[in-house]
Amino acid sequence: MQVNEYKPLIVAFCCNWCSYAGADLAGNNRLNYPADVKIIRVPCSCRVNPAFVLRAYQRGADGVLICGCHPGDCHYTTGNYYTRRRMALLFSMLSYLGIEKERTRVEWISAAEGAKFAATMNEFVKTVTDLGKNRRLEDLRCKK
Amino acid sequence: MQQRIGVFVCHCGTNIAATVDVSAVAAALGREPGVVFARDYQYMCSQAGQDMIKDAIKEYKLTGIVVCSCSPRMHEATFRKTAAAAGINPYMVEIANIREQCSWIHKDKDEGTEKAIILGRAAIAKVCLNVPLTAGEIPVTKRALVIGGGIAGIQTALDIADAGFEVDIVEKKPTIGGKMAQLDKTFPTLDCAACILTPKMVDAGQNEKIHIYSYSEVVSVGGFVGNFTVQIKKKARYVDETKCTGCGLCTEKCPVKNVPNEFNLGMDTRHAVYIPFAQAVPKVATIDPNYCLMLKNGKCGLCSKLCGAGAINYKQEDEIIENKYGAIVAATGYNPISMDKFDEFAYSQSKDVITSLEFERLMNAAGPTGGVLLRPSDNEHPKTIVFVQCVGSRCSADAGKGKEYCSKICCMYTAKHAMLTREKYPDTDVYVFYIDVRTPGKNFDEFYRRAAEQYGVHYIKGMVGKVSPEGKKLKVRGSDLIADKQLHIDADLVVLAAAIEPDKTARPLATMLTASMDTNDFFTEAHPKLRPVESPTAGVFLSGCCQGPKDIPETVAQAGAAASKVIGLLCHDKLTANPCVAHSDEWMCNGCSSCENVCPYHAITYVEKEFRMPDRTTKIRRVASVNPAVCQGCGACTVACPSGAMDLFGFSGKQISAEVDAICR
Repeated sequence: MQVNEYKPLIVAFCCNWCSYAGADLAGNNRLNYPADVKIIRVPCSCRVNPAFVLRAYQRGADGVLICGCHPGDCHYTTGNYYTRRRMALLFSMLSYLGIEKERTRVEWISAAEGAKFAATMNEFVKTVTDLGKNRRLEDLRCKK
Repeated sequence: MQQRIGVFVCHCGTNIAATVDVSAVAAALGREPGVVFARDYQYMCSQAGQDMIKDAIKEYKLTGIVVCSCSPRMHEATFRKTAAAAGINPYMVEIANIREQCSWIHKDKDEGTEKAIILGRAAIAKVCLNVPLTAGEIPVTKRALVIGGGIAGIQTALDIADAGFEVDIVEKKPTIGGKMAQLDKTFPTLDCAACILTPKMVDAGQNEKIHIYSYSEVVSVGGFVGNFTVQIKKKARYVDETKCTGCGLCTEKCPVKNVPNEFNLGMDTRHAVYIPFAQAVPKVATIDPNYCLMLKNGKCGLCSKLCGAGAINYKQEDEIIENKYGAIVAATGYNPISMDKFDEFAYSQSKDVITSLEFERLMNAAGPTGGVLLRPSDNEHPKTIVFVQCVGSRCSADAGKGKEYCSKICCMYTAKHAMLTREKYPDTDVYVFYIDVRTPGKNFDEFYRRAAEQYGVHYIKGMVGKVSPEGKKLKVRGSDLIADKQLHIDADLVVLAAAIEPDKTARPLATMLTASMDTNDFFTEAHPKLRPVESPTAGVFLSGCCQGPKDIPETVAQAGAAASKVIGLLCHDKLTANPCVAHSDEWMCNGCSSCENVCPYHAITYVEKEFRMPDRTTKIRRVASVNPAVCQGCGACTVACPSGAMDLFGFSGKQISAEVDAICR
């Protein structure tokens, strides 16, 4: 019997070429990770507008992951470099807003790293579960 | 217009149905706004499943569909075709991945069902905002580039040329031929490598559809499928290829004789001007600038005086050639790993500890010893030879050295080496230390058993712990796991079956091609089973060991497969472009150039456009314009745009926000 019944809500943006394929590989290899992670497919991690991350927090997400190809391996050559810079700025803004910095993370996971994908998700879900619910940015007006 | 969405939930046999209550998912999603039809079925991708989708589209006048099934990387194209066949736009289809990202990773059925409903909800929210898209067309350059001139590259090029297309081979060495040219005999038939390879090299050299850029490297790759622009650096070889007849006079008379011969792995020497081996293609001399006296000190010039054809040109410079290609095949091959970290085998301490590739040269009639097996240290016949398998292969990740994978070819070539040694020198004792003997291949196990049974090779299950040079002997200490005892063998020669790894040039090449690689630097295939010779990057194909360890028959088979994929691409006059490209709202765009600066494809230009303003005046403004044929749809510009004018078809800001909302509801 689990004492802590709290289940976090985690949104993971995965680039189509590396991380989404890595998630598929984790599935192919039947590597378990918690169902709390919900994946949104984007063509490249650089398609992730920081506004999407804020929106997820506003709507009640407890953690957000942005996953892309390893630096230098981007399918579009330079996309993940933009992601890295943009998210660095977003992170400083989030910490200014008082959101724990562990809640948001950028991870580089290649199409061959199914095991890394599952391990990252397991570890991230644990981190966010330990942090508890995100109440700082959640806008209750968005809930019915 | 109000969307009418159909939801189709696939059981995938029991792949999904075992951990997701599919009928509950269909029922829950049927209650979502906009959904007018929801049904589950055993196999959506089957003919019957697709017919069900088509019938529902027609009967319920659906404007978009959501298929809850396997990964979109698997069947998105299938269901798009289905939708198109039923008369709706193929881009009005969204897939909710409830197999790879739900049923296969969760065990609890309630959890799985709940997550599947949420993923389905997100897909419905997205498809409601989809817009019909029309794919454009892009022209195809009917010429292929093969990078690497080993057996993989040669076979690929020959097969492509056979179909009537132009092919260029880029090879970094002065001749094509690759590793196979260095081999002596080939398993399991023991036919000589040169006898089967060199005719193919000659074919490639003489084929008028094939152009070989030897001693050349790819320095940049631009463009995309059907329209690659590649820059090739032709390194200065200080010999005019068009004039050199390959007579070899210069290579005999050159006064610099002490250059380590890389073709024989440094076991003998060559001259500063050289032709790597007798059957080289192109048979043209190359001057090594690190050793040539004329190039280093400006003194000598003997070869220039001797050359009747006047081919020597000390002033030659590197040349950059730019060509256009429709398809690119990576065939960069492999190398044995360095033995630096395996000091227990005394590779650096004794000349008589050699790698298998060096042994291959020692046995070769064109090798440093003319095919007579002699110890490198004292040129004596070795009487006891120990072969050590899996040196650097199948190492644990914690070992800090070696590779985790099996190099695949070592068991067979070691059996071959052992057999050939016993055949030529029956008085030699041959020991093979192995972890497992792996012989999955046609006639492979028979071959290994012949070595062990008929040729009396001593196969010992166990690893060698240490090799120490003592006097003229090499003391080999290993364990025999079957007899459960420690063995001490006084060997004359130790041969290490070094693991193989991708060539060092593969990683920078993959970056240029934007082709993905695995953690071992092998190129990744688009699908491990169903698309094994294609890279996930459209228009880039894989041939030979750059994709994973392979023996010669497998390499040739894969080369043919890669060639057929290239031919399939090049025989099209036009390709369908990806319609999920960026577009800008001209009214919102303020012409700031942010998007242009981040675009890796230079797809965005600025145009002066006349606008009719609300106060009925006209105004000329500078606005961004995306060239849809060049845009690859990464979306970098959409986030860079400060005014929100730039958006991406198929992944618009509204669509992704709707997905976020649906997931967080």
